[in-house]
Amino acid sequence: MPDGHMPENLDSTSRRRFLQVTGGAGVGLMVGFTWTATGRRALAAPAAKGLEPNAFVKVAPDSTVTVLVKHLEMGQGVFTGLTAIVAEEMDADWAQMRAEHAAANAKLYNNSAFGPIQGTGGSTSTYNSWTQLRQAGATARAMLVAAAAQTWGVSASDITVSKGVISSGTHSAKFGELAAKAAALPVPADVPLKDPKNFTLIGTRLPRKDSVEKSTGKAVFAIDVVQPDMLVAVVRRPSKFGAKAQAVDAKAAKAVKGVVEVVEIPRGVAVVATSYWAAHQGREALKVTWDESQAEKRGTDAIIADYKALLPKPGELVTKEGDVDAVKAAKVVKAEFSFPFLAHAPMEPLTCVVKLGKDGCEIWAGDQFQTVDQANAAQAAGLKPEQVTINTVYAGGSFGRRANLESDYIVEGVAIAKALSDAKVQGGKLAGRPVKLIWSREDDIRGGRYRPIYVHGMEAKLGADGSLLAWKHRIVGQSIMAGSMFEQKGKPDNTSVEGAAEIPYDIPNRLVDLHTTTSPVPVLWWRSVGSTHTSFAVESFIDELAAETKQDPVAFRRKLMEKHPRHLAVLNLAVEKADWGKPLPKGWARGVAVAESFRSVVAHVAEVSQDEKGRIKVERVVCAVDCGIAVTPDVVKAQMEGGIGYGLGAVMFGAITMTGGVVDQSNFDTYRCLRIDEMPKVEVHIVPSANPPTGVGEPGVPPLGPAVANAIAALTGKRIRDLPFTGTVSV
Amino acid sequence: MPPIKLTLNGKPWSVDADPDMPLLWAVREIAGKTGSKFGCGAAQCGACTMHVDGQPVRSCSTPIGSIAGSKVTTIEGIAEGPQAKVAKAVQDAWIKLDVVQCGYCQSGQIMSAVALLTDTPKPTDQDIDSAMNGNLCRCSTYVRIRAAIHEAAKALEI
Ligand code: FES
Ligand code: FES
Repeated sequence: MPDGHMPENLDSTSRRRFLQVTGGAGVGLMVGFTWTATGRRALAAPAAKGLEPNAFVKVAPDSTVTVLVKHLEMGQGVFTGLTAIVAEEMDADWAQMRAEHAAANAKLYNNSAFGPIQGTGGSTSTYNSWTQLRQAGATARAMLVAAAAQTWGVSASDITVSKGVISSGTHSAKFGELAAKAAALPVPADVPLKDPKNFTLIGTRLPRKDSVEKSTGKAVFAIDVVQPDMLVAVVRRPSKFGAKAQAVDAKAAKAVKGVVEVVEIPRGVAVVATSYWAAHQGREALKVTWDESQAEKRGTDAIIADYKALLPKPGELVTKEGDVDAVKAAKVVKAEFSFPFLAHAPMEPLTCVVKLGKDGCEIWAGDQFQTVDQANAAQAAGLKPEQVTINTVYAGGSFGRRANLESDYIVEGVAIAKALSDAKVQGGKLAGRPVKLIWSREDDIRGGRYRPIYVHGMEAKLGADGSLLAWKHRIVGQSIMAGSMFEQKGKPDNTSVEGAAEIPYDIPNRLVDLHTTTSPVPVLWWRSVGSTHTSFAVESFIDELAAETKQDPVAFRRKLMEKHPRHLAVLNLAVEKADWGKPLPKGWARGVAVAESFRSVVAHVAEVSQDEKGRIKVERVVCAVDCGIAVTPDVVKAQMEGGIGYGLGAVMFGAITMTGGVVDQSNFDTYRCLRIDEMPKVEVHIVPSANPPTGVGEPGVPPLGPAVANAIAALTGKRIRDLPFTGTVSV
Repeated sequence: MPPIKLTLNGKPWSVDADPDMPLLWAVREIAGKTGSKFGCGAAQCGACTMHVDGQPVRSCSTPIGSIAGSKVTTIEGIAEGPQAKVAKAVQDAWIKLDVVQCGYCQSGQIMSAVALLTDTPKPTDQDIDSAMNGNLCRCSTYVRIRAAIHEAAKALEI
């Protein structure tokens, strides 16, 4: 799963703070949450003549088994992978399985990896659902078997289930035939789970559950949701982060045909119309003057220079092993790295539909952070969290963007609906009309919540024999967690240092420290979070040290990695499959990198070439991944392919820059993203594993950048220190 | 202003709209067909690709008034129109190889792929690069898009 990352197990202060955010009683209020306002299914009500043994599985009379997926399907494949877990334990046929998004309900659908909330992020979907969904499926199966035993007068132990058919001797029945009977039985506790040796679906190639809809234009995203009487809104936001609207002249905007109203909301000025095109034109005509007294006015060059100025000074201690300063070195190697702001730029711009009534608010969104969004929407609407209904629909990508602690786009949507419901606005006649808020691509690129700018300072001390004696790593950057419920006060920000605090290399003396900076520019987790920059610095620098000491980069890593067999196995698989050491065509070179993130380990070997004009092309990437049991291996492969492409575009040319506080980029012409002709060939190899599943959506990203940079260094001798690569080489 | 007359997915379509309104929004919001997506509004991403008289166009940047009288085909109609055979091969290949991730770009990808295979039944990798370069996929499903186009081309040979 692409996306956000939160420290596990919130400490009690954070929990308390969260409970406060949700209005005092917090999660407890979610108990008994039902959907009466809009006529959606009541969670507790049994399906007509079907079986609903728990919050995750429904067996219909026609034998369709529906898995209620608590996570957002945003491309990472949860509809397929999570459904496979249930199907496996039920011994169902893959064709009878379907998936749908579960209702928002923190009590039922908590993410145990970072709860107490329902949310998707940190590549935790499979990891935190594994046991839960196995139990859910096994329980459903046990009830169907018990119903069969009762019906046929046989012992449950004489019953077998295979591909959705329950049989015993001459008896046989499909799930649906026994569902009603099973529903009348008590729900058993502690049903034994399958021995993984007997898995028949998990670990095999299963067709994606969303392929047909998404290949025929039928899949519904938030931008496609239509409600009767719906209005469409766009918002004019300030061009500088931290500015506020001072004066609004809406006359010309209101004169545009189709524009219905212009309202001020805390984050800007909304133009509300009968269609997107009218709203867009209205916004073009809108005149707003901004109070920029609190705004960020620095450019990104100045921010990076400010961060670099902090590098000589010791920061907050993150890791200390041995005594770096006491080491006498034969040689000292230093390097500084800088990383720009990055926009997520999911293919579907941020969108939500909000229907606000007097005592309820219904939201349709590719919602990634249901509980947080309920709480924030409630606050914006003046309601209680349990009065906010969220209908989660497919998201057109996210990469972390849709999960943010202020619920920015959701709160905007609610604020517009709330403003329209004011009796002073057109006598209240717009009250209750559903509103679809659409961000344009320009809004998205300029809207902030970027991967923060980071600067890294590295220093290594080498012995006369080329051994690595000491390692110093200083990180400077803005915290994603500061001020949020996930902030761990008194501890260095994990999202700034993950991937650097712990590394799989045994170095006797190691010091990692951190300067946390602040800025009005809002920042956010971006597919693989801290590892987007830490892994680049660590893996580039390790590679450089190998080169400095004239050692093969693989051999150098292997030696330092002896006590990390999992990393070593992944590295070995990747280099073996990539024919490391075998000759390449003239003008080509290889580079390697390995990184652990979200409990998985990935190694990439990148092959790059350079043409006569000096332009670098990434030809092929060979990937090895250990993600525990690969539930649906083809989804794992797809996530590695996707992570490679997403990571490659970002390191080669991804950058949000600002001049005088104003973002220079606006659309895909200036915020360049990877295109098909730039996509390398990809080969993915999965390490066989019997361990529970770990992350897949993000871990493909971190080692990609350094593997390519190391290949470029091997080919050209140029070490890339400042990202994106376009500043150093032509790509 | 008289309504603008076109054909949409084989049926007559008379639209009462500002002639400057992009085809994309007319199709999505007036005709109610939402399979074609808004990704950039600036002919940069291809998510909105439709066929106008058989040619792939970026509908977000095509004023509806500029194509009066034309035949417009969207993802909703491609499997039934004159390109049904190619479209079916493309969609079958897409499903067989599980190309999609988030899926948001894929209507546009498929429309571009159908246009490519209609003109160039046996495309090389270079043909694919140049025909598909205007279609961004932020999930980077490019490896599979390429494979699926080759797969569809093979299926069409038979
Ligand atoms: S929306 Fe038309 S090309 Fe992007
Ligand atoms: S599948 Fe997500 S953008 Fe292409």
